[in-house]
Amino acid sequence: MTKAVSKIFYYLFLLCIGLPAAAQFRVEVSGVGLTQLPIAVSSFRGEALAPQKITAIVLADLERSGQFRGIDTGGIVLDEVARPDVAVWRQKGSDSLVSGSISRLADGRYDVRFRLWDVVRGQDLGGQSYAVAQSDLRLVAHRIADFVYEKLTGDKGAFSTRIAYITKVTQRYQLWIADADGENAQSALSSTEPIISPAWSPNGGQLAYVSFESRKPVVYTHDIASGKRRLIANFRGSNSAPAWSPDGRTMAVTLSRDGGSQLYAIDSNGGEPHRLAQSSNIDTEPVYSPDSKSIYFVSDRGGAPQIYKMPATGGNAERVTFSGSYNISPAISPDGRWLAYISRVSGAFKLHVMDLVAGTFNAITDTSADESPSFSPNSRLIVYATQQQGREALMTTTLDGKIKARLVGQNGNIREPDWGPFQKQ
Amino acid sequence: MKSFLLVLIASAFLVGCGSAVKLDNVPVEDKTGTSVSQVGSTGSGNAVANGGVASVELDKSSGQAAIPVGPRVVYFDYDSYSIKPEFQSVIEQHARYIKINKTRKVAIEGHTDERGGREYNLALGQKRAESVRNALGLLGVADSQVEAVSFGKEKPAVQGVDEIAMSKNRRAEISYR
Repeated sequence: MTKAVSKIFYYLFLLCIGLPAAAQFRVEVSGVGLTQLPIAVSSFRGEALAPQKITAIVLADLERSGQFRGIDTGGIVLDEVARPDVAVWRQKGSDSLVSGSISRLADGRYDVRFRLWDVVRGQDLGGQSYAVAQSDLRLVAHRIADFVYEKLTGDKGAFSTRIAYITKVTQRYQLWIADADGENAQSALSSTEPIISPAWSPNGGQLAYVSFESRKPVVYTHDIASGKRRLIANFRGSNSAPAWSPDGRTMAVTLSRDGGSQLYAIDSNGGEPHRLAQSSNIDTEPVYSPDSKSIYFVSDRGGAPQIYKMPATGGNAERVTFSGSYNISPAISPDGRWLAYISRVSGAFKLHVMDLVAGTFNAITDTSADESPSFSPNSRLIVYATQQQGREALMTTTLDGKIKARLVGQNGNIREPDWGPFQKQ
Repeated sequence: MKSFLLVLIASAFLVGCGSAVKLDNVPVEDKTGTSVSQVGSTGSGNAVANGGVASVELDKSSGQAAIPVGPRVVYFDYDSYSIKPEFQSVIEQHARYIKINKTRKVAIEGHTDERGGREYNLALGQKRAESVRNALGLLGVADSQVEAVSFGKEKPAVQGVDEIAMSKNRRAEISYR
């Protein structure tokens, strides 16, 4: 190869790796948690030459969780074989240390290894190794963060999960599937008509959503791997608000085919809908409780929209929210303990979290146009849409509202996030 | 020839770099033999690992058919679904036309202003559409010719958050299909 050719090759290489590498540093974490574990993530050996800054992704994941505080490592490079001088790391104020290495294999894949140390006790807490294609390096970083999170907090990490969201740029609506940090977005659907209310199937293989492509709201399911779409509800009138039952077999939807917006259950492969409730008012935004026993939904049967709960097969509804005159968009945490919803307070739409056992609730944001809350599969974070400086943004927050992060990766209007389930490993 | 080869190499490289996500994930090799997770494996049949998002593009939907009679928009007050007296004549004109043209299909498209949730606004827009449909029905229009649907807050007529803009967005449009 001539010098000129190799030079072009070099610049193309820079072009290829430059974009994702720059993107990873845009995580903005704000707030201070009460108890954050100090952790040092050293640079991995070989990382400088790798196409993804794995340790930056790991640290951003951990910080976004609200449970960790990154300690400055001063650029120290440590691999998984090295035995760290724990006194040095203790002096830096760290309780834990992650070390590791990245190397390119002969077949073009990357070998990533890491080790987690308890530097207070001087203990090796274990490690893992992965050999993956370049396109899976971000996934590896999220898996490392999951490992660290679980070892140190005792809870399962949810970093290697995905979120779906919608963007609107000029007159084009797109449904995206991205990593849980908002990066690595891939377009699943593109349309000139609105798309709203994406909802992950419990196994993570499909999304249900509402598309206006036929000039009215119609519910589809969409197989993510194949792009195959299926019409689920296209009845006379409007069809909207799909929600999967925890076993994935049934979907609750809002239909107006019999007049008014009313709740129905329908087989998730399509079929004849079965009416769940009958009111002369608006009933919409159904969600199943994780134990499958109940459906939470929004109704204005009391004169203003409030959140109610009824048996999943239909029956008497009991009111859940009593404060305020506009409470909508319920989301139930996968552990069944928390209800996230949007409440209008003095004209501002604010994300609230209610402890379903105690019945207490709090507004957890200082923004005024919050929408569409959705829990992480480990019930520790909520993703929601809001507006910041007049622009749409996706945020994650801890349930106490103390740690928030803005998810990035897309320009233009971004909305309707839905957090997907744990992925099979 | 040399430059051709160069372009070929360069474009091959660009293609490789553009498709950052491979559909077939390579199964992980266990390198250490201790507590190694599989990453990116599709062996479980659960093709939702990092790759595997097929992209679908939809064509633009067809616009509405020619409008046979004058104004076709009914505006509503905030949080209201009742038809104001000044719009009764609009509804009457369309009712006359629809009754004569028994084969025409009409969609009443309800809309809201941008305040509040998307799904709840969809239900509010549905109420507006249904109140226009009911008004047409009272004038003798066959139910089979009219479908009430909602766009919620998804298709504002006017951009803006002031009351003038929002009052133009709280509407039901009579749309011939």
